[in-house]
Amino acid sequence: MRRSVGDLDRRGRAWYVDKAVAGLVFIGGISAIVFIIGIFVFITREGWTFVFGTLDFGEFFTSIEWRPTSENDPTYGALALIAGTASVTGLAMLVAVPFSLGAAIFIAEFATGRTREALKVLVELLAAIPSVVWGFIGLAIMNPLIIDLFDVPIGLGVLNSGIILGLMAAPIMTTIAEDALKAVPDGYREAAEAMGATKWQVIRQVVLPAGKNGLMAAVLLGVGRGFGETMAVLMASGHSINLPTSPFDSVRALTATIAAELGDAPRGMEHYQALFTLGIFLFIVTFCINLAADIAVRGVRKG
Amino acid sequence: MADESGAITGAAPPKRPAAELAIDVEQVSLWYGTFQALFEVDLQVQSGSITALIGPSGCGKSTLLRSVNRINERLGDYVRTTGSIRVMGHDVLADGVDLAQLRKQVGMVFQRPNPLPLSIRENVLFGHRLHRADEKFSKADENQIVEEALTEVLLWDEVKDRLGQRATELSLEAQQKLCIARLLPVKPKVILMDEPTSALDPKATETLEHLLWELKGEYTILIVTHNMAQARRASEETAFMLLGRMVEHRSTEDLFLTPREQETADYIEGRYG
Ligand SMILES: Nc1ncnc2c1ncn2[C@@H]1O[C@H](COP(=O)(O)OP(=O)(O)OP(=O)(O)O)[C@@H](O)[C@H]1O
Ligand SMILES: [Mg+2]
Repeated sequence: MRRSVGDLDRRGRAWYVDKAVAGLVFIGGISAIVFIIGIFVFITREGWTFVFGTLDFGEFFTSIEWRPTSENDPTYGALALIAGTASVTGLAMLVAVPFSLGAAIFIAEFATGRTREALKVLVELLAAIPSVVWGFIGLAIMNPLIIDLFDVPIGLGVLNSGIILGLMAAPIMTTIAEDALKAVPDGYREAAEAMGATKWQVIRQVVLPAGKNGLMAAVLLGVGRGFGETMAVLMASGHSINLPTSPFDSVRALTATIAAELGDAPRGMEHYQALFTLGIFLFIVTFCINLAADIAVRGVRKG
Repeated sequence: MADESGAITGAAPPKRPAAELAIDVEQVSLWYGTFQALFEVDLQVQSGSITALIGPSGCGKSTLLRSVNRINERLGDYVRTTGSIRVMGHDVLADGVDLAQLRKQVGMVFQRPNPLPLSIRENVLFGHRLHRADEKFSKADENQIVEEALTEVLLWDEVKDRLGQRATELSLEAQQKLCIARLLPVKPKVILMDEPTSALDPKATETLEHLLWELKGEYTILIVTHNMAQARRASEETAFMLLGRMVEHRSTEDLFLTPREQETADYIEGRYG
């Protein structure tokens, strides 16, 4: 009898281990959610009083006058910053979408064996380059190049930062797009090939339409990445407040503004709160983009 | 239905003049890497007939079938084929062969129904649009093509009011019929079928076998089946393979009633898997 009691004991220990691991995993999972909510609460709390007090929404969205440090009449027009971020991200997508979709199609549909593995590793290495290095490339290589090529006085602006950001976002977009193409069942390709479709016809008429949700998600995550990127844009955009009218104009991004000014803004003052308001705005926009990407992946049909 | 079997009687089908042969496989050997899956296989399929290909699992039925439209080559250099395969008199293994043209002549139906993730209508028009891309077709022309193809596979009445529905949402039976229908607009000479009913229930299997008899004549059908009753019901000739070799090929009736080889007799009596 004692023996069997001992056996029961041992089972009990395994049970506790099981419960403990389950608990840890649960805490791990839940803490991700808690952190996100915590960050949102923190940002909102800092910007809160400003958003519902001093802030003039009309001014925020329509004025280009971002003069938070003005002695007697500070203004908080974020239009130029929004336009800066949007123009840089837009150009970045013009660069990144063809690059990353092309690379994804090549890796998923054409490359085989060694080439394929090598390319995948390469893309992952590219994705791991820190953004400050990209910013440095923008400053040290792209800047003189643009000045020489286009004969403009300064090479820091929409063009420079757009290209840098595009190259930066392309690897992760490639990886996600490639996953989306790989997820298209091979039976579709086989069926189309058996009907006499060429490789390219199979890709264009079957694989891309079948994988379009995942491809959409890849593009949206790239856009989100572009919106949120700070360091590279700060270095390559010229960081001057402008409504850009040409690709060579210097602009300033929302993120770069926060990064550059937060250190000098006295805590709790209007300027400080205004920067948090930019943060809330960014948070909401990227949240919406990621949500859209998520919905795209799930393939919720519109209309 | 077996009484519909063609005029071929007697022993092994005699060598027929090439013109009557839809498929003429001669001395075909095939390797997957270093593994040899086919050994000097011969097979002649008469134009307009239904031929069943039977044999235990792994004997090379699919491999042989997939060599005829060269879909095997999806695997790349890994697959090596020697010998000769002629379809309607043309050597399909020759270097200059355009795979698109070959596959227009030789349609294929797979074990699992594999409609494309498009609408029913788009599925039927898919091959047609591939092969006749440079011609203009009005919407009315296309409607007629869709109706004819779906009518021929006995699917039109079931789906005529929902041609825009995604084909992947149909029942398996309807999907498999659709997979046959989408071959018809380009008027293939040969239709290869690799266990086309194995994913279907008995009732659906029966309607599909019935459909085969309807299509016979206009199309030459080579069908792989695991199901011996199906081979008896639904074919005029039967070829039996074992371990990568062609053992016996005769009229279905003869093969099942008076098999010449001991292996054939053992197989049809159910002594192999
Ligand atoms: N891609 C492949 N690589 C290596 N060997 C393969 C490959 N495909 C098939 N084979 C082998 O070739 C032989 C013939 O396979 P095949 O699929 O043609 O058989 P089958 O008669 O169609 O069998 P089943 O009735 O199970 O479908 C088998 O031994 C199989 O293991
Ligand atoms: Mg098979």
